[in-house]
Amino acid sequence: MAGLLKQRNIIAVLIVFAIVFPFITNNNYFIHIMTLAFIWIIGVYGLNLLAGYTGYLSLAHAGFFAIGAYSLALLTTKAQMNYWLAFVLALIITSVLGMIIGLISLRTKEHFFAIYTLCVGYIIYLVIDKWDSLTGGVRGLIGIPAPGNIGPIEFNTPISNYYLVLFFLLITVLVVYRIVHSLTGRTYIAIRNSEDLAQTIGINTMKNKLMVFVISTFFAGLAGALYASFIRFIGPDIGYITITFDLLTYLIVGGIGTLSGPVIGTILIVWVSQQLQFLQDYRMMIFGPILTLLVIFYPRGISGGFIDWRAKRKEKKQNQLNLENQQMLSAQETSAASNKNG
Amino acid sequence: MVFLETKNLTKKFGGNTAVNNVDFTIEKGKINAIIGPNGAGKSTFFNLVSGFHPPTSGQVIFKGKDITKLPSNKIAELGVARTFQTTNLFDQATVLDNVIVGHRLRTKSNLFDAIFRTKRLKQEEKQCRDKAIEVLDFVGLTDVAYKLAGSLSQEEKKRVAFALGLATDPEIIFLDEPAAGVNPDETDGLAELMEKMVERGITVCLIEHKMSMIMKLADKIMVLSYGEKIAEGTPEEIQNNEAVIKAYLGGSAIA
Ligand SMILES: Nc1ncnc2c1ncn2[C@@H]1O[C@H](COP(=O)(O)OP(=O)(O)OP(=O)(O)O)[C@@H](O)[C@H]1O
Ligand SMILES: [Mg+2]
Repeated sequence: MAGLLKQRNIIAVLIVFAIVFPFITNNNYFIHIMTLAFIWIIGVYGLNLLAGYTGYLSLAHAGFFAIGAYSLALLTTKAQMNYWLAFVLALIITSVLGMIIGLISLRTKEHFFAIYTLCVGYIIYLVIDKWDSLTGGVRGLIGIPAPGNIGPIEFNTPISNYYLVLFFLLITVLVVYRIVHSLTGRTYIAIRNSEDLAQTIGINTMKNKLMVFVISTFFAGLAGALYASFIRFIGPDIGYITITFDLLTYLIVGGIGTLSGPVIGTILIVWVSQQLQFLQDYRMMIFGPILTLLVIFYPRGISGGFIDWRAKRKEKKQNQLNLENQQMLSAQETSAASNKNG
Repeated sequence: MVFLETKNLTKKFGGNTAVNNVDFTIEKGKINAIIGPNGAGKSTFFNLVSGFHPPTSGQVIFKGKDITKLPSNKIAELGVARTFQTTNLFDQATVLDNVIVGHRLRTKSNLFDAIFRTKRLKQEEKQCRDKAIEVLDFVGLTDVAYKLAGSLSQEEKKRVAFALGLATDPEIIFLDEPAAGVNPDETDGLAELMEKMVERGITVCLIEHKMSMIMKLADKIMVLSYGEKIAEGTPEEIQNNEAVIKAYLGGSAIA
């Protein structure tokens, strides 16, 4: 049983499940919902690296999501560019803007950083909303092409789109996993723990923070670009604050600063809110209290709660083992002593 | 030999002069101590030397090189380590994980190495881990290496903070009240550890309020009061110094 629960096995099972999912459901609507969830997860991973692992809560995330989406949309519709070229350019544009904004906003910390990026996010939204001639303003952009063919593979069915997004999701998870489990990841965690301490053990905190900020915007842009070509229509509301808070909610529920948190939180909430659709906006009356309770009792979310529980159990076991060893040793000593005496 | 030197070092916070015109020299291979009443400017002095705050005026010279304007991470790279008055470890991680990152500054692997798991990364990860195991052994924490940092005693946490500093491969280490909040027996253990560092060739400079410890341990003491250096010398000289006795209100604190 314990062997079955090994991390490696769980991951393998999840990947297999994700691959066979379209055949299990055979329901285009469910495939659509799952594809969207995957897109959000990619964005949440970006947020997680910055907010979860480095301790900088950016509230401009939807803004970068929108920049990725609009870049792709504009390059493909207005500039008539090849899809994959536009795709790569969209990621570059988002990352470069991320770097510029990061350079400025990372001069602030903690709450100020959160508020500053909240404003940045809102400005991005306003620019998209008001720059009618470029972005189409409130009307948005339509006719965004589906992802271009790769050789013989076409992306014009829900299933093919599902696999394309799944592919990018797996790459994202792999990249984030590797970053977190490397010296670079340790560096980010050190910054989250104490920036002052990190600086005194020789870490160039500004350089590292800027790097994470750019990576985080890169993933936001990737999610945005995938979203644009999946939905094929975008409006300024994708850059609105509510999207940022949706992503943040997924992250907090799943577990901020954990590797599985983005997947757990996003899929759970997306599916639960699907099931509760009949309640319309009253859904929030259920979500609100649950979220509040979760944050109070499990500040590190479902995944974090599980990790803490497991660590505690392991320590208990270890202590018990030590105790038993000691008892055994002392028993041996007394018997040795009595042997000597006898 | 003068190892680290400050010249006319001054720090003003608004109208408050926390450190005022302090000239101090630290010799290689010795234990140097800074004492003084609360708010005397001791921690601020450390902050200036380690590049944490820029001084208002004056200079810091390390091995003949002016490091006054360098940022703290560059100063750490040159071989200057420090600990803080309050130890802030990452409680949810193991002791070993807390210390591994201490050697990061001696490694070069970057994001690319991380994503592609290059040979360099693997090699440097091992290098950092080995270093962490080595310094944990040095400070006597091998047994708790895999425990969560949050579960340690105050004294063990102090030792982890030392280990973290030592993992940077320093030539000089600044310890801010290393024995604060630690019981007398454990204080002796920490003092021994500092002597062991010196044997290893690491110069030590510490701030401490525990006079009995300082008087036994230090080769040289500087006394700060209201930001000014009021005395400097061997423990005997300091114990008999008029100005020092006055600063400590009749010398009751020095015994
Ligand atoms: N970042 C800061 N901003 C403003 N004032 C400061 C700052 N750091 C220290 N001070 C002031 O400088 C003076 C010296 O403080 P410092 O912390 O250096 O004293 P200390 O000798 O280390 O005291 P203690 O023994 O209590 O640790 C105090 O008056 C303090 O209020
Ligand atoms: Mg102090």
